[in-house]
Amino acid sequence: MDAVRIERSLARIAHEILERNRGLEALALVGIRTRGVPLARRLAHTIHEINQHEIPTGTLDITLYRDDLMRTAVGAQPVVRRTEIPFSIDDKRILLVDDVLYTGRTIRAALDALIEFGRPRAIQLIVLVDRGHRELPIKADYVGKNLPTSRSQSVQVHLTEIDGRDEVEILES
Amino acid sequence: MKKDLLSIDDLTSDEIYLILDTTEAMREIGQRPIKKVPTLRGKTIVNLFYEASTRTRTSFEIAEKRLSADTLNIAVATSSVLKGETLADTAMNIEAMAPDMIVLRHASSGAGHLLSRICRSRIINAGDGMHEHPTQALLDAFTIREHKKRIEGLKVTIVGDLLHSRVLRSNVKLLTKLGADVWVSGPPTLVPAGIERFGVRVSPAIDEAVAGADVIMMLRIQQERMQGAFIPSLREYFQTFGMTRARVARAKPDVIIMHPGPMNRGVEIASDVADGPYSVILEQVANGVSVRMAVLYLLAGGVDVD
Repeated sequence: MDAVRIERSLARIAHEILERNRGLEALALVGIRTRGVPLARRLAHTIHEINQHEIPTGTLDITLYRDDLMRTAVGAQPVVRRTEIPFSIDDKRILLVDDVLYTGRTIRAALDALIEFGRPRAIQLIVLVDRGHRELPIKADYVGKNLPTSRSQSVQVHLTEIDGRDEVEILES
Repeated sequence: MKKDLLSIDDLTSDEIYLILDTTEAMREIGQRPIKKVPTLRGKTIVNLFYEASTRTRTSFEIAEKRLSADTLNIAVATSSVLKGETLADTAMNIEAMAPDMIVLRHASSGAGHLLSRICRSRIINAGDGMHEHPTQALLDAFTIREHKKRIEGLKVTIVGDLLHSRVLRSNVKLLTKLGADVWVSGPPTLVPAGIERFGVRVSPAIDEAVAGADVIMMLRIQQERMQGAFIPSLREYFQTFGMTRARVARAKPDVIIMHPGPMNRGVEIASDVADGPYSVILEQVANGVSVRMAVLYLLAGGVDVD
């Protein structure tokens, strides 16, 4: 996926969000660190361009909710970064944003983390890439692109804000 | 990270910065409506305190609970130590119940090192005699960095009872490791011999030591550890080394005043300085919880492969 296709996918998702959610007042975007964060900001920006509506945007770090922490005796802990949700999520429709949907474990952790901040009316999931191989009963509501992959491959999303360029690539390992 | 945190010597400067960065993330948890994350669920942490402590013990316990660990406190006043049990025996008995971590406060320097040799649990030194108090130095560094945005190149002046202070040793090691210009000042009877080998400048003249300082850190006169006459009187000590507004005025205009507590008002610090605009003493206490959460989280992971 190149920069143009990523942009088109996000534009389509922005329109789908508007189509499915009447009444934008209750909407809020929450990006999962690391690459869900710039994706959430881009969606907020695109929606603003379409109808001048500002959607509040937050950042979620799910490290402390991971199910694979402290399962090995060797190696450092993953780095924890700040969670910043500067608005109440009570009764909001939360649009959770991540770059790749794979096993579903990150989303499970994100749901647990999010619910500690309040009781949203609904949580919807947006991903740029769905690569299959789910290990939990989790499904995205908005998908940029379905990429059939094998487990031995890895999907790398590069975004300009973090990596200096926009690209999705499949790597053989 | 190593298995235990006994001394600042156990940490590289990269690990210190990792702890400070993790502290930023941990602090946000304390601002949530539900101040708790499930990270250390199922981990057992024993707080073994052989010395009186309010701040440090409470701070560790709050940090442990915010990370969902199961915690229990052993205070010596109610334990078998009163029946004559040695530290090693107490530790082995606790160890037999398989805790994951032991937080130890003890009046003897090196008590944590002894436990480290006989326990598989991870040991965090919460103050050992006149040796070290690493989490205090980490929270001080976090507080300094928050106000000054850096540590390297700052003039940090530490004043008071240097001889008996574990806070001093941990702070000197940490601050010099990160490149601060550390000055110490106190009565010659309370300056440990050879302290300049830690890379600090010693000045018995407090006015010189505080001149142009970015940070002033006051240390408590530890009368309970003093056997003999180290100072003529508390009143004379205050006249010579007490932190007054006149002395604060010699430092930089944006100086911050720190104190690890408990404070002796009117002995090492004037009340109007302790409660004044430059004082960050209560911020230090607040940051203590976040720093300890960071240390507990980072220590709970795997050990380094080397």
